[in-house]
Amino acid sequence: MAGAKEIRGQIKSIKNTQKITKAMEMVAASKMRRAQDRMLETRPYAEKIRQVIGHVAMANAEYRHPYLEERDVKRVGIIVVSTDRGLCGGLNINLFKKTVQQMREWREQDVEIDLCLIGSKALGFFRRMGGNVVANTANLGDKPRLNDLIGTIKVMLEAYDEGRIDRLLLVENEFVNTMSQKPKVTTLLPIEPAGEDQLKHHWDYIYEPDTVPVLDTLLTRYIESVIYQAVVENVACEMAARMVAMKSATDNAGDLIDELQLVYNKARQAAITQEISEIVGGAAAV
Amino acid sequence: MSMTFHVDIVSAEESIYSGTAHMLVAPAEHGEVGVMPRHSQYISLLKPGEIRVKVSDSGEEHNIFISGGVLEVQPHVVTVLADTAIRAKDLDEAEALEAKQRAEDALANRKADFDYAKAQSELIEAAARLRMIQKLRNSSNKQ
Repeated sequence: MAGAKEIRGQIKSIKNTQKITKAMEMVAASKMRRAQDRMLETRPYAEKIRQVIGHVAMANAEYRHPYLEERDVKRVGIIVVSTDRGLCGGLNINLFKKTVQQMREWREQDVEIDLCLIGSKALGFFRRMGGNVVANTANLGDKPRLNDLIGTIKVMLEAYDEGRIDRLLLVENEFVNTMSQKPKVTTLLPIEPAGEDQLKHHWDYIYEPDTVPVLDTLLTRYIESVIYQAVVENVACEMAARMVAMKSATDNAGDLIDELQLVYNKARQAAITQEISEIVGGAAAV
Repeated sequence: MSMTFHVDIVSAEESIYSGTAHMLVAPAEHGEVGVMPRHSQYISLLKPGEIRVKVSDSGEEHNIFISGGVLEVQPHVVTVLADTAIRAKDLDEAEALEAKQRAEDALANRKADFDYAKAQSELIEAAARLRMIQKLRNSSNKQ
């Protein structure tokens, strides 16, 4: 009967684990929905800014802002947006793989790399991997605020202004749907010029105080909003990935319990059979 | 007569206000500006302050505080790209320094485990030495 008792204990502990994973799954599901809403709310701002930048850049072509100008690349800055917590499947690992691959490509061209890390998982990874980390921020929580990102972004923008980096890349998770999130690399700086359709405008804005400061402000805000969007999207990705991972963990625990239940029943049955045959044998001997 | 235009006040984090209005007053860089329907295209930086959206002729209005941003005016659409926080150059600078510092600290912390072990061994040694001294003292007192 000893075997049966051990199995019963095991089943109990797996059931407890299952309860936890189930709870985590449900929490992640509700948080994901909110994160998705937040993701949608950030869109109009970036879209609007993009439109205005396109227009302003077209309206006075003689002023070339450094953010719009392509330079020879000697050093790149890479911003990596990761999560703060684990237990979300392969989300971070896939992201880091993409980052490392990207870094290798640049290194092959003799380009040096500065890293800017958002999220504590990225920090942990690159601490082990090595890499020149110039700025980082972590523990942004489920509702990241732009305030917490400004400093980190500023470090990279300053580096670009001063010519220490010639290109700024963003590695982030793209929220495709609940089941799939894809790591994605985008170029933040220089900003690729907007579409040709902007040329059709015949009118121009009245500027206050002047075109240059307006454009400066808009460009900075634009970069910030893109990075902020990436961070918000990453939260949605994290929650979706965690939900899926926890769901499969719960399912696996269920399978394991079923199997163990069978083994337990067999062991119990064997013990009873043995006992009966012992009694019968004993009775026969008397 | 009911001439109105559409107002969108958005920040990077959320959409703050969206609706029609008769007039909008905003704190532009060079003083307050009032925008009415069919204003010509206009773009301005905004200072921290209050945006007043007049919703109807009766004087009903919404007051929204913004901490700076950009105002974009089209004849029938007005968009305020609001900042989420008070922005000042030196404030941003301080934040940037902090972010750099965090990165350095985080990398420096790699040594923390080692230092901890070292500190612990030193502590043990010191404690042993203390015990030794105490013992010596006790034995000398007895004598």
